[in-house]
Order: sequence, then C-alpha cells, then structure tokens
Amino acid sequence: MLVIGERLSIMSKRVREAMQKRQKETIRQIAIEQYKAGAHMIEANIGPAEDNGEELMEWMVTTIQEAVPLPISLDTTNPLAVEAGLKVHNNEWGKPLINSTSLDPERFVMFELAAKYNVPIIALTVGKGGLPRNAEERVEIAVQLIEKATEYGILPDDLYLDPLVLQIATSQEQAKEVLKAVRLFRELNDPPMKTIVGLSNLSNGCPKEIRPILNKHFLALLMYEGLSAAIVNPAEVMETIKTIKVIMGNTLYAHSYLEI
Amino acid sequence: MNFVVPKEKYLNRIPVISFGKEKKVFIGGENALPFLKFEGEFPHKPIIAYEIQDSPPEDYPEELAKIYSSFWHDPVEWAKFCIEQGAEAICLRLMSSHPDSQNTSAEEVAETVKKIISSVQIPLIILGSNHIEKDSLILPVVSEVARGYNCIIGKAQEANYRTIAASAMAGGHNLIAMSELDVNLAKQLNILISQTGFPKEKIIIDPMCSALGYGFEYTYSVMERIRIAALMQGDDILCCPMIADVGFYVWKTKETQASYEEIPSWGNLYERAIMWEAVTACSFLMSGAELLIMRHPKAIEIVKNFINDLI
Repeated sequence: MLVIGERLSIMSKRVREAMQKRQKETIRQIAIEQYKAGAHMIEANIGPAEDNGEELMEWMVTTIQEAVPLPISLDTTNPLAVEAGLKVHNNEWGKPLINSTSLDPERFVMFELAAKYNVPIIALTVGKGGLPRNAEERVEIAVQLIEKATEYGILPDDLYLDPLVLQIATSQEQAKEVLKAVRLFRELNDPPMKTIVGLSNLSNGCPKEIRPILNKHFLALLMYEGLSAAIVNPAEVMETIKTIKVIMGNTLYAHSYLEI
Repeated sequence: MNFVVPKEKYLNRIPVISFGKEKKVFIGGENALPFLKFEGEFPHKPIIAYEIQDSPPEDYPEELAKIYSSFWHDPVEWAKFCIEQGAEAICLRLMSSHPDSQNTSAEEVAETVKKIISSVQIPLIILGSNHIEKDSLILPVVSEVARGYNCIIGKAQEANYRTIAASAMAGGHNLIAMSELDVNLAKQLNILISQTGFPKEKIIIDPMCSALGYGFEYTYSVMERIRIAALMQGDDILCCPMIADVGFYVWKTKETQASYEEIPSWGNLYERAIMWEAVTACSFLMSGAELLIMRHPKAIEIVKNFINDLI
C-alpha cells in the first residue's frame, strides 16, 4: 500500500508558519521524520494558495526533495501552483501525484495537468451537488470521473478514487459507506481501480488521545476492503499497515515483522 | 493473433554471491523461478562443493570409503583429490570439533583451515559440526584465520547466530543461515542476522536439508516457498541464494548402505547409492538451491551434467 505522509499541511500551525516564513529546516525535519517512519511519498498541502501559490509550491517541492528521496503529492486547489510543482519535481524517485480533482468542472483543469505531465491524480467523489450521501452515490460519481479521465487521456491506472472520509463525530454513518465505496470502486475495472483516502479526517474534531485509535482501526478495515493508498501520519499507522499485510497474507510472517 | 508465451512477472532478483580469493565462483543473480530461462536471466549456474572433513569420517559408508579412505586422514590430500576430480569449490566440515567426536579445540581446527588455505587455491565453504555451542566457539576463530579468503562460513542458527555472524563479518566472509524446515523461521533468522549489521546480500539460506525418502519433500516445499516469497511476493528479507547440504543427509540413509546381499530387491548398491545422492541433489536444484554440498564424485558428475543440460 502506498503510504503518503500527511504532516506537511497548512492545517498545522507549525507548518503554516514555516511556509509563511520559508523556514526550510522545519519542513525538512518533518519530511525526514515521515521518510524514516516509512512514507513512500510526501504530501505538500499548501491550501488554496491564492497569493504566491506557484512560488510556494516550488519552494515546498524543492525543500522536501532536498531532504528525502521521495516523490511529492501536490495538494492545492490552485492549478497554477500544481503546475509549478510539477515543473520542478524531481522524478528520479517516482512520479508526483496531483491532489486533487473532482466532478466540479472548475477542477477539470487538474485532469489537463495530469494528462500533460503524465502523472497520477486523485479524484474525489464529490460533484457540484455537495457531499455524497452513501456508497452508491459515490460510485455514480466515480463512474463519471473515470469517463472524464478517459476523455482527457488518463488511464484508469493513473486514477486514485477518493471516497471522501468524513468526520466520525458528525457523520458517523458515513464511515461504513466509505468502506463499502472502496469495495465497489475496485469492482469498476479489471484490474481493480486504485483507491485512496485522507485517513485522519475521520477523527477530526475528536479528542487528541483517541484520534490515533480511530484512525488505525479504520485503516485496518479499509485495507481489508482493498485500499491502495492512504494519506496518513506514517508513524501513527505503520504498525497497523504491517500487521494487516501479514494477516491478509501479503507479507510472510516472521516474529520480528514489525522491525522490518 | 500470434501465440504469445505467458510469462510470470517477478519482483526481485536473487543477489549474486561470490566466494573464493584467487579463484572465485559466483552463485545467484537470477530473476525467475529455477531454470525458467524463458522468463528471466540466469547469469550463474548452480555450484557443487565437494565435501571433505578435517579428520577421518566416522560415518562414511563403504561406497564413500572406497574412494576417500586412502587419504582422508589428510584433509589437504583430500582437497587436492577433489580438485583433480574437477571440483569448483570445496566444503570443509570440521567434524572433529563435535563434543561426541574428538572435541578438538578451536585452535586445532583453525590449524587445519590454515593448512588448507595455504596449500590449495579453491573457493571454500567452512562448516562446524552443527553443534550449537561448539560452533559458536570454533567458527569465530576459523573466520579470523581465513580472513580475506572470502569463504562461506556456517552454519549460523537462531541459538548461536550472534557470535558467528559478527566474526564472519569481521573476516569478510559470507554466511549460511540455517533454520529448521520453516519458512517463517528462515525469515526471522535473516531479520535477526541483518539486525546485527551483517550485510543481507552475503547471507545464504539453508532451510535444513534432508534425503530422498527421509523428509525430502519438507525441505523441497520450504525452499519453494522461500523462493516464491522472494521473487513473487517481493520479500526482500528472503531474497537470498539457498544451499542444500545434500551429502550429509543422503549418506546416512539405509539406501546408501545396505548391500545387494542384504536386500536383493533393491539392486546394486553402487548404482543405488549414487543415484540416491544425485536424485536428491537434482530435485533441490528444482526447488531453488544454487549451492550444493555433495560427497560422491560420480553423483556430482551426474548432477553437473543435469545442470549443463538445463542451463
């Protein structure tokens, strides 16, 4: 499973300040921590980035890739910033990922960029009409997203469908719908469609001490349904990932399996 | 539409291990299941090491005694004989060190190793007597004496790997990691050995050998699973060459010892004994072994021909 480190996000006060003040050291340090914890890719979430988005994304991509040999997930709604990130990205360690597009026509420009730079892209299963109510609505949107991607010349293999994890504290019934959606998304293609979640949104708004518990257990269930990628705090979930891989028979068991 | 041969996709390549100093041999390097040449590359053929012992063997049956007994009191002579037979590598088993044998000291067996490395130039595997405590005493001394000769040292087991791995690393040798017929334990031992700092790419897995008719299929199946995990599941920890210690197990069986007079229905002893070793060895090549330790020159010749036919 593709593990994408979530910690370099504008949502975090410390990261936000480091971005504003262009403090390389903080960014590098968090990137290195996630790399050491087992991340395969680092998310650079710069938010809407309406001012100076291009320059900020460039700075983030180069700062992270100076610190760790990993590709970057480019997370912003600003397409110019995404393109700026794509241009400076070092593909030596893998292709970058565009985060994200959706069925909102304003976001179709992200499909264009994915096609132009031949990189994978995350497609959120949300349309103009707001949040999906259940798994079936998510699947309906997913089908349209796959068609849309094909129109732009993007192969199903380069599309990561995101069922949109919602907060357990406010939308408890949606957790089960997300699990079901992951299962159904996979069935939309052979080989199965790739799926991705932003895991920690599940526990957003919950007490700090129970957040990891919610995240880890939800991830285990998602992996059982066949999830291909997750945007997570790697240190928090690596034990779960290794354990579920063993239980699912994807990794051969050995007593020290957690140590490798 | 033309017929296209369906090919398996493999995720790993077995590392190449070389051993020997002036003369070197290479094993491993393949990226497909054994002998499936249409699916991958096989840069190095499996190697057969002739087994010799540091003192006259107490348990060699008649068919082996006929060949070796006139010089087996002298391991250097024995080694020279094997080289004349065309040996590409030699495996020296320090059997005299076993407490139930002569219980020779680390210094005594190290003398034998010194004599051999100074008299013959051939890639060398050096084994203890498979006695957990004693091996952990003699193998460090032996590794030091053979420092720089790029040998294969063995066998490290779960109960003694620390000292053996540390000394093999200090001596610059490769290491045999032996576990008892269990794919999970094989993986565990490799993790433990790697955690000592020993380089993973110098580990050779011995999943514990057995002879045809005496548990052979257990070894075969474990080897198969190790190789499938390495190549098809992408298990880096198990992605190592494997060794089969064939002669040691085969020449204990009744089939290599009972005379024609004892059991006429079994036929001629010479042919039977040789085929027992050859068939066991060939089968382990099929399950993924890259390195074989064998005893009878005739059996070795048969297995060499088999390898040359297939690669």
